[in-house]
Amino acid sequence: MKLDYLDELEAEAIYILREVAGQFEKPALLFSGGKDSITLVRLAEKAFRPGKFPFPLVHIDTGHNFTETIEYRDKMIKRIGEKLIIGHVQDSIDEGKVVEQKGKNASRNALQTITLLDTIAKYGFDACIGGARRDEEKARAKERIFSVRDEFGQWDPKRQRPELWNIFNGKIHKGENVRVFPISNWTELDVWNYIRREKIELPSIYFAHEREVITRNGQLMAASPFLNMDDEDIVEKRNVRFRTVGDMTCTAAVESYACQIDDIIDEISESKISERGARMDDKVSEAAMEDRKKGGYF
Amino acid sequence: MDILKFLTAGSVDDGKSTLIGRLLYDSESILADQLEALHRSNRKNDDGSIDLAILTDGLKAEREQGITIDVAYKYFQTDKRKFIIADTPGHIQYTRNMVTGASNANLAIILIDARKGVIEQTIRHSYLVSLLGIQQVVVCINKMDMVEYSEATYETIVNDYKALAYKVGLKNIKYIPVSALKGDNIVYPSSHMKWYEGESLLAFLENVELAVDDSKAHARFPVQWVVRPQTEELHDYRGYAGRVSSGSFKVNDKVTVLPSGFHSTIEKIELLDKEPTEAFAGMSVTIHLKDEIDISRGDVLVNTEYQPEISQLIEADLCWMDTRALDTSHTYFIQHNSKTTRCRIQEILYKVNINTLEKEFNEDFKLNDIGRIIIKTAEPLAFDPYQSNKANGGAIIIDSRTNVTVGALMLRGVAE
Repeated sequence: MKLDYLDELEAEAIYILREVAGQFEKPALLFSGGKDSITLVRLAEKAFRPGKFPFPLVHIDTGHNFTETIEYRDKMIKRIGEKLIIGHVQDSIDEGKVVEQKGKNASRNALQTITLLDTIAKYGFDACIGGARRDEEKARAKERIFSVRDEFGQWDPKRQRPELWNIFNGKIHKGENVRVFPISNWTELDVWNYIRREKIELPSIYFAHEREVITRNGQLMAASPFLNMDDEDIVEKRNVRFRTVGDMTCTAAVESYACQIDDIIDEISESKISERGARMDDKVSEAAMEDRKKGGYF
Repeated sequence: MDILKFLTAGSVDDGKSTLIGRLLYDSESILADQLEALHRSNRKNDDGSIDLAILTDGLKAEREQGITIDVAYKYFQTDKRKFIIADTPGHIQYTRNMVTGASNANLAIILIDARKGVIEQTIRHSYLVSLLGIQQVVVCINKMDMVEYSEATYETIVNDYKALAYKVGLKNIKYIPVSALKGDNIVYPSSHMKWYEGESLLAFLENVELAVDDSKAHARFPVQWVVRPQTEELHDYRGYAGRVSSGSFKVNDKVTVLPSGFHSTIEKIELLDKEPTEAFAGMSVTIHLKDEIDISRGDVLVNTEYQPEISQLIEADLCWMDTRALDTSHTYFIQHNSKTTRCRIQEILYKVNINTLEKEFNEDFKLNDIGRIIIKTAEPLAFDPYQSNKANGGAIIIDSRTNVTVGALMLRGVAE
């Protein structure tokens, strides 16, 4: 007997979540409000119900959110009855730990690394579960499922532990922590197919809607008070949807009329742009992601 | 649709990255922006065509050195199957990476340069594939374009390889003559090699049925976590959460809890709101037993009729993965399924020279060394021999000083 691919991916992710519960003292699940972390919540329900999650959810809030995401988050927390901890990037700015970027392409995306590391230190988390996938980007293709970070949150590609069979070594020294990626082996399409199969509700911005956007560097950005705009920026209404949900200033939309999940799956199956292609922050240089990872970003 | 995980073994010069790149490129698994980055890059082949190897070379350090230094995972799918590729390097100093990649693969592609034939590294790769118990091998004889697509050259290499396969104990081997650079027999059949009538590499990967079915092995269920809500309405709820590592469990099956040896019967199997009557290899479920027994993480439920070995003194094959050599006086941790306990390597029986397959008898056991040892564990392990049950026969060694994974163990049996 062989499992269907979605069942196999699901079983593997549940297994990884239970390993986190079994091996760590103070784990946390990093929740961004995006479809990947929403999928993780569903998987955690499968892993631990009818018990409580053995970890809180942690949201690193840049303050530049889509309102739809925050509404979704609060509603979901109410439904699942689990604890939510919020780390505010604004607090890091107010405390002078980070300085807001200037200029037209200013974004808080890079700043959230500091807030994340501070939140990890404040609560003493020894494992942070995240929804990153290896198919997203080349540097992530080499990422372990249990990825050890030093006390500065740094990732050293040469120091990663070999991962054999399904045995995950979660032993760490004080001050270190582990990032855990239960859906490492999923592709974007797998996540969508799973969401459809499980009938998981998503924030509405994933579906096509009319929105005011501006075109910048060839990409459609949601017009918002958080985006530094000048006279050259022309605001226009377009039918769009978002493929990832992040900080409003660096998450680009794609033109789309896909209102139903079936339409989205069709679109992605035929799509010619990878998901991270819609993230402006990765475009800066080919090694952008790797540099950010070394600094403690996901 | 199912998932096939495969490993590619070969050195930089064999064109391994080019082969994977070609597989992705010709099966249209590369998206527009990735393609654009590919075209933007100034790395080109001698004839001016794009260098497909870039697709799999991930990290900056590697791009600078021009080599792959770790295991990278790539994903693609066709209408028939989903594929996960573990791309591991072929240099001798990276044996540990190949062992890592091989531990999770059901199939291995071994690349041979048609100009060179079976060489030392082919022996090494084949030995490791056999040691890690990979059940299906595809030998790709690459760079056929450089030997004028000669059938005689191909046949010579196939015959040489057959002798090697016999020596290392590999069965289920498929031979395919290819040119990754030109695209012959990777996705599309080659027009240059009409004498080859078999499938292209992709067609073979799509259609191959694996010989071993984990769900037919003896039933093993390592307990990872005990679900105990302890709420008013679920006061007596006690479920054992884990993933069936091999075999299958059905409701009413008689099970034994190891290492304690208590017996019970399966009352119920759960997966959130579903109650399947059977859970087979690969499924993550929660199992309820009819009797109240003290069970915790690290214990394993097994089918009472077919029990595994239980011992604290075990003979095993070991691959050492750390720059600090094995120290037989040091106490390490061993992690086997959900159980972690202390251990010591009691005796090194011999090492294997993986280039010549000869046994060596010297005391040091260093990075990338492989050999047979006897391990003593602080608590008994319930295990099966690795070659008959991978899922319950593999274990890792962790250095208690650094917490790093330093060894891979393929358990063989109770030491005499």
